[in-house]
Amino acid sequence: MRRSLKSWIDARFPLSSFVKNELTDYPTPRNLNYWWNFGFLAGFVLVLQIATGVFLAMHYKPAAAEAFNSVQHIMRDVNYGWLIRYLHSTGASAFFAVIFIHMARTLYYGSYRAPRELMWWSGQVLLIMLMATAFMGYLLPWGQMSYWGAQVITSLFGATPLIGDHIVTWLRGDFSVGDATLTRFFALHYLFPFLIIAVVILHMVALHTVKSSNPSGITLHDKDNIPFHPYFTIKDLYGLGLFLIVFCGCVFFIPEFFIEPENNIPANPLHTPAHIVPEWYFLPFYAILRSIPDKLGGVVAMAMSIIIFALMPFLDRCKVPGGACFRPVFRAMFYFFMADVILLGYIGAQPPNATLTIVGEVATFFYFAIFALLPFTSYWENRMLLQKEKLPVAALTLIREESVIRVDKKGQGAQKGEDTP
Amino acid sequence: MNNDKPDNGTTGLDEGRRDFLEKGTTAFAVAGVAAACWPFVASMNPSRDVQAKAVAMVDLGGLAPGKVETVEWQGKPVFVFHRTDEQIADMHSTQTQLDPESDDKRVVKPEYLVVVGICTHLGCIPNRSGPEGWLCPCHGSLYDNSGRVIQGPAPTNLAVPPYRFDGEKKIIIGKV
Repeated sequence: MRRSLKSWIDARFPLSSFVKNELTDYPTPRNLNYWWNFGFLAGFVLVLQIATGVFLAMHYKPAAAEAFNSVQHIMRDVNYGWLIRYLHSTGASAFFAVIFIHMARTLYYGSYRAPRELMWWSGQVLLIMLMATAFMGYLLPWGQMSYWGAQVITSLFGATPLIGDHIVTWLRGDFSVGDATLTRFFALHYLFPFLIIAVVILHMVALHTVKSSNPSGITLHDKDNIPFHPYFTIKDLYGLGLFLIVFCGCVFFIPEFFIEPENNIPANPLHTPAHIVPEWYFLPFYAILRSIPDKLGGVVAMAMSIIIFALMPFLDRCKVPGGACFRPVFRAMFYFFMADVILLGYIGAQPPNATLTIVGEVATFFYFAIFALLPFTSYWENRMLLQKEKLPVAALTLIREESVIRVDKKGQGAQKGEDTP
Repeated sequence: MNNDKPDNGTTGLDEGRRDFLEKGTTAFAVAGVAAACWPFVASMNPSRDVQAKAVAMVDLGGLAPGKVETVEWQGKPVFVFHRTDEQIADMHSTQTQLDPESDDKRVVKPEYLVVVGICTHLGCIPNRSGPEGWLCPCHGSLYDNSGRVIQGPAPTNLAVPPYRFDGEKKIIIGKV
């Protein structure tokens, strides 16, 4: 019965071969460490956000007169409404935390390099979509921070030369953030996750074409790959367990940590709170915006600070595999960059003053300087490490071993296309 | 546990133990996922403010004999009918054919009839058709002064909601 059902489906849909090729037989490098768990975790948080979001939408009312009260209704009256909302609000922070770690791993191990450029760029698109979704979702509770955050961010588009004011009015559907803005933000906040799913599918198709990178950075031969299931399904689930301990800890014990107290006051278009701060995940970019004394310049710098990551495959000219593993200069630059981002995040959270503005300007300079220096340092590393064979013996052995195997395969007329670089 | 397949020393694998752990872990995970689904399912049940509407209090002080008061309970009309002695005696002695039920099973105190005012046919609200009972405007079903159906197409009597008396002149409709 089961077998006949299976063959009935397989004659019409590639179910068995899909499960076999993409799951039970999908070759995965055996040396993946726990930093490789975060892609799966991002997928989990995406599903969690959609599930909690759909249930919140059953009780939420996207109208200026009702939005704030409907959130209170969810918190007080709806069965487990408090849980679903705190899962969703904490989930937004978790999503960015997971994505930032996922990106940092890609940067550290140089996973953005050939042949994974499309993975990196589709991930970049996903990051921007995630930011847009989070920003629009933040308006929905219609508190003071929601309102003024939306007011400030939509005003950024006013920096567009000539037609800036028209664009801002068009975005808001009103002369200030109002009922029309809230309704359209709700519609788009509901739409975007499904577009994100579509891009995630592209991201996954690209992944299953080029396969996972690994800490050594070398495309491994068959003998060093193990099937995804059960080895990495169980490793991903273990990582999920650890993640859920931290996540549930936040949801149940400090859910308000991720919600500005000011946002418990209903939106008031005639009064701006004393100190406007974006959510923590936007702070470094916000600090860059504030550091540039010119309006248009600040907006451009902030946009560049996100888009510049897309240039990484071009800026990094080093052929040494494994990213920061075997590259001392790149490693130092990576840690310096991380420290710089954290510093910018700190500055973004503080009220502006003279000292911090200067520190912010310096940190912004270094943020971009790292990218500008990378072509030169990576070229130098290439010459020093690869051509003069100054890599660790283990790395050299691995490179030699894997390239010998690959040459052998070529000699025999290799049938597996993906093993040839 | 399974001891008839002891460790043979070559693989170090106890099949029975592995099997038990695998099934136990899976069962634990399935139970956890099911538990995690519960808040989502529960959130679709009536919220606290809706539940608050599930109870209606009716003051009977101003309700003269022979009069009907319609109150809202759970968004539905409830007829509270103060019956006269004559009507009580009449209902007590008659039987209906379509959904036979004696009058004293339908009232807590015979003076007051409390029924959900929704025709059991297709959900219209019957109108008072004179001292004899109610007539549904949609398809002509007739109900007597005990809310019992005496002429179709309605299949059953008007429903009696759960209610109790709070003192002499006050009733609380709904499960409290």
